[in-house]
Amino acid sequence: MSLVSMTATVEQAAGERAAPKAGRARLLRPVLGFLLPVCLALFWELAVRMGLSNGRLVPPPSVIFNTFVDLARTGELQTHALATLTRVAAGFVCGVTAGTIFGAITGYSALTHRVVDPTLQALRSIPSIAWVPLFILWFGIFEASKIILIAVGVFFPVYLGVMGAVISVDRKIVEVGRAFRLSGAAMVRRILLPAVMPAYVISLRAGLGLGWMFVVAAEFLGASTGLGFLLIDGQQLGKPAQIVAAIVAFAILGKTSDWLIARVSTPFLRWEDRFARN
Amino acid sequence: MLVLDRVGKTYPNGVRALDGISLEVAPGEILVVIGGSGCGKSTMLRAISGLDTPTQGRVVLDGTVITEPHEEIGIIFQEPRLLPWLRVADNVGFGLEDCPKAERRARVATTLQRVGLTDKARVWPRELSGGQAQRVAIARALVPRPQVLLLDEPFSALDAFTRADLQDHLLALWADLKPTLVMVTHDVEEAIVLADRIMVMRPHPGRVYEEIACDLPRPRDRQSAAFDFAKRRVLAALDRSLDRAIITEDGETRAAHGGGMWW
Repeated sequence: MSLVSMTATVEQAAGERAAPKAGRARLLRPVLGFLLPVCLALFWELAVRMGLSNGRLVPPPSVIFNTFVDLARTGELQTHALATLTRVAAGFVCGVTAGTIFGAITGYSALTHRVVDPTLQALRSIPSIAWVPLFILWFGIFEASKIILIAVGVFFPVYLGVMGAVISVDRKIVEVGRAFRLSGAAMVRRILLPAVMPAYVISLRAGLGLGWMFVVAAEFLGASTGLGFLLIDGQQLGKPAQIVAAIVAFAILGKTSDWLIARVSTPFLRWEDRFARN
Repeated sequence: MLVLDRVGKTYPNGVRALDGISLEVAPGEILVVIGGSGCGKSTMLRAISGLDTPTQGRVVLDGTVITEPHEEIGIIFQEPRLLPWLRVADNVGFGLEDCPKAERRARVATTLQRVGLTDKARVWPRELSGGQAQRVAIARALVPRPQVLLLDEPFSALDAFTRADLQDHLLALWADLKPTLVMVTHDVEEAIVLADRIMVMRPHPGRVYEEIACDLPRPRDRQSAAFDFAKRRVLAALDRSLDRAIITEDGETRAAHGGGMWW
């Protein structure tokens, strides 16, 4: 047997031995992340069961779970979740539409940028919650003011993201489009749009995160439905389990919607040269 | 026939990059433009491509004045400038949007085969080496079958082996399709490998300094005495163009320095 083939055999054997180990490690890694919260939950559950605490202000996991199931069984949870979801969706669509249009225009035209951007940046520095009293005066206490507040929250990250992305499109790539005599529309479709896509997806996700933040603020202010209402209701009636159940619902919805955007955008971003490929 | 008629370019800040360049390039000819930095080589190429418009004079291709990018003129830049969101085959077919799908696929396939990258058709640009990426860029420019192909220092970022390899590739493609080539380079050896005619430019403002015909039979042997002689001639012209020549005792003009790469 020659030296080369020998080394190959040795390496192969080593590879075979290492393979199952690597597989197990890959399965174990996400499990490790669950270790701490599960231990804490178990510890608290046991502490309450053993009478070390009455668990009235910090309900044990089993009570939270039962509350969650009860709320779901009566259909209350679904009603409130749907109300919140509708508001976030409406606000998100409005905010993204406005943010995309303004961002694209200010990114594309230097003149518009000089005229419009300073005002928008000034507005951005206002904490958006500060708008609430004004929005209620202007748009009433019902859905309109809530949706607009959410839209304002979504608008800024999307606006900034789109504007930045359009400004930083590589001049050299645009020149390739010019050399192939692309018309304005074709230039947008074949060069600019794909070029800004990665930054756009990131700004959408940032916007959605802010949308979920602002829906809570909006629902604290005189709503009779929504997960935010469940929070306030739980506080006023002294039902901490209901508060935590609503928080859990927020977490699930927020994570799912974010995952959805990431998922839908994956096929458009497969070309990206990422730092970390997994 | 590609004609430059007293083409000049003065930038808005008053810098005169190009001053009255007049030039005729015959169909199928390979013209290599060489010269010191700031001599307006790239400016001239961009004026021919229609990406920039000259401030004086005009560029004419077969009776059409070029003021914007023209379908019969392709350009290859110093960097490959591939679109990272398109796979190699789609990058190559970028200029064929209006073509029927079947024809486009066939033309992309033949061109990829010509540059030897058939197996890379489904690959993303980021997975290519520098030389492969530049080959894809050449294929992309050639697929619409332009009459004139402009090359702006296309191989200057590559290592010596890859560069020589791509020069041979380019010559093979040229022999196939016979487009007019106008190439800008820094590399004297590259100029002599490729050119039918070498145009030496001098800077401040950019002007034609000297034209040197290069009629060595192809393929050209980089080691031959004739090749070496041509190289010395071009180097000497370059040095004279920069007023750096040394007159030796017997009255012969000698290059102030040797070396294949000339910057």
